Amino acid sequence: MTDVLAVADHRRGELRDVSYESITAGRQLADETGGDLHIAVISGTVDDFADKLNRDGVDAIHTVSHGEEFNHDVYSQAITQLYDELAPQYVLTPNSVNGLDYAPAIANELDLPVVTDTIDLDNDGETLVATREMYGGKVETTTELEGDAVITIRGAEWPAAEGTGDATIEAFDADIDEDAIGSTVNGFEEVGGGDVDISEADLLVSVGRGIEEEENLDLIRDLADALGATLSSSRPIVDNGWLPKNRQVGQSGKVVTPDVYIAIGISGAVQHVAGMKGSDTIVAINTDPNAPIMDIADYAIVDDLFDVVPELIDEFDG
Amino acid sequence: MKILVTVKEVATVEDEFEIEGTEIADQYLGADLNEWDDYAIEEAVQLQEDGIADEVVTVTIGPEDCEQTVRQALAKGADRAVRVWDDALEDVDLLDVNAKTEILSAVIEAEDPDLVLSGVQAGDDSFGATGVSVAENLGFQWGAVVNHLEHDLENGLASVRRELEGGVEELTDIELPAVLTIQTGINEPRYASLRGIRQAQQKPLDVQTLADIGVDESAIETELELTDMYEPESESDATFWEGSPDETASELGELLRDKGVAQ
Ligand SMILES: Cc1cc2nc3c(=O)[nH]c(=O)nc-3n(C[C@H](O)[C@H](O)[C@H](O)COP(=O)(O)OP(=O)(O)OC[C@H]3O[C@@H](n4cnc5c(N)ncnc54)[C@H](O)[C@@H]3O)c2cc1C
Repeated sequence: MTDVLAVADHRRGELRDVSYESITAGRQLADETGGDLHIAVISGTVDDFADKLNRDGVDAIHTVSHGEEFNHDVYSQAITQLYDELAPQYVLTPNSVNGLDYAPAIANELDLPVVTDTIDLDNDGETLVATREMYGGKVETTTELEGDAVITIRGAEWPAAEGTGDATIEAFDADIDEDAIGSTVNGFEEVGGGDVDISEADLLVSVGRGIEEEENLDLIRDLADALGATLSSSRPIVDNGWLPKNRQVGQSGKVVTPDVYIAIGISGAVQHVAGMKGSDTIVAINTDPNAPIMDIADYAIVDDLFDVVPELIDEFDG
Repeated sequence: MKILVTVKEVATVEDEFEIEGTEIADQYLGADLNEWDDYAIEEAVQLQEDGIADEVVTVTIGPEDCEQTVRQALAKGADRAVRVWDDALEDVDLLDVNAKTEILSAVIEAEDPDLVLSGVQAGDDSFGATGVSVAENLGFQWGAVVNHLEHDLENGLASVRRELEGGVEELTDIELPAVLTIQTGINEPRYASLRGIRQAQQKPLDVQTLADIGVDESAIETELELTDMYEPESESDATFWEGSPDETASELGELLRDKGVAQ
């Protein structure tokens, strides 16, 4: 009852980074509870995945060979059966789109509390203290709980585990009930192609909800023209249909690494930051000095974009 | 077919605020319809306009104050609303996923819809877990983070796209009854018309207690305890340019020239 079971994330033949990060998070928790760290890897080329996941700190890897790609019914069945077998204290899953497609279900089925999108975890031997954000990153909270739980971890919060481990690797003979599988994955599609590739740009002028109205977008277009920059945006601008999908920066859009990224009226939500934090230099123009974007900005102008942007256009057009 | 939409009024916070205990002080809080739920409502109303849904019902857990938000959903075209509230919920610090699941499941069981649409997450506490938890609890099928739904549900199957990371979408068929958690951008939520707003006042809004829906108070007890809330320590080592807009703009201009990215 002190073990940790972490579930790996993979897609189209590749383990995703968060799988290695959850080894680090899981090892830390297992050290605190005095238990072992188990990894479950389900579907796809599990033997190959298991070899890759065998990094420092892993005690055991359980492979479940069933199908190629993620299916939440297969995952739920396999994990709940592993839970019954291993009786871990914590089930750790990535807070990825797929993680959120099964973690709440296994929590419900196992009658466990679920804490999602954690950014820090700390167990003093009895109580787990989970840190999460609220209100789009404006505040952090701590939530405490005793006993077993399902926990999802945010990507890029823990470093990836490294080295080579000496875990036991065993096939787990999960009994997958095909009749209980209610959804079928028919394929994948890449979206966001088209005329521009924002990930190629040296200078991105990126606009967010601070722009308020579609008409105001012309101001940012003028700026991009004056600077010879490429125009990109946060998600709401694309959701509103004001710019095409290929302009969206972030978790569900493009990952960009320009020399300079100018974030205009963008708060810096975690899903946005995931797509631009690798930029060489980040400049934020925002009325809110406490907006999360300031945490990763190198330079900031705390002011109204409608005052600053026209001046900047003048600088280069004048 | 009948569609049920879960609707939450979320708290919004001003730029400057203060924390009292484990809450943001009241005077800095506003209220709004959860962004993701707005898209879920729109999707349901469109299915009704397409003649696929006969009835769209919303369900909300919340005090009387949130009726204005609930009426927004009615003004956009939902037929009627259920709001669950109870004295027992008044003092709860943290209504966790399991508690919400118990309450919503009871309402859904009574309403017996073919399709439940919820938002991917609530903009305030961002748990992102309730929809899937409810589905599992009811024995419904589900799909998380849906950004496209084919409007041909008559054959008992929802053909959806799930928006994965990195611009990849998963094409999936899900058997009904199902819960889909709806992602922003799936449609363009309408503004309520004046006529809609007027009509919403006449639409049924049914208030139910835990006893009414047959949920025992013990079901809302949580093992989670919210113990602290604080402003994250700023990790910012940004240079803050100060001055008038023309001064700050020229600082930025200089930087861009220095970096050789603009002339
Ligand atoms: C599964 C999932 C995937 C997601 N994927 C992405 C993604 O790929 N990319 C993405 O961007 N988001 C994504 N999001 C959404 C993300 O959580 C945020 O909602 C979004 O990034 C917010 O965009 P924003 O910063 O433009 O808007 P807001 O958060 O509303 O910020 C607007 C900012 O503008 C500032 N502002 C307002 N007026 C002015 C003014 N006059 N002058 C200057 N500043 C002003 C405000 O202070 C505020 O900081 C995703 C969410 C989920 C749940």
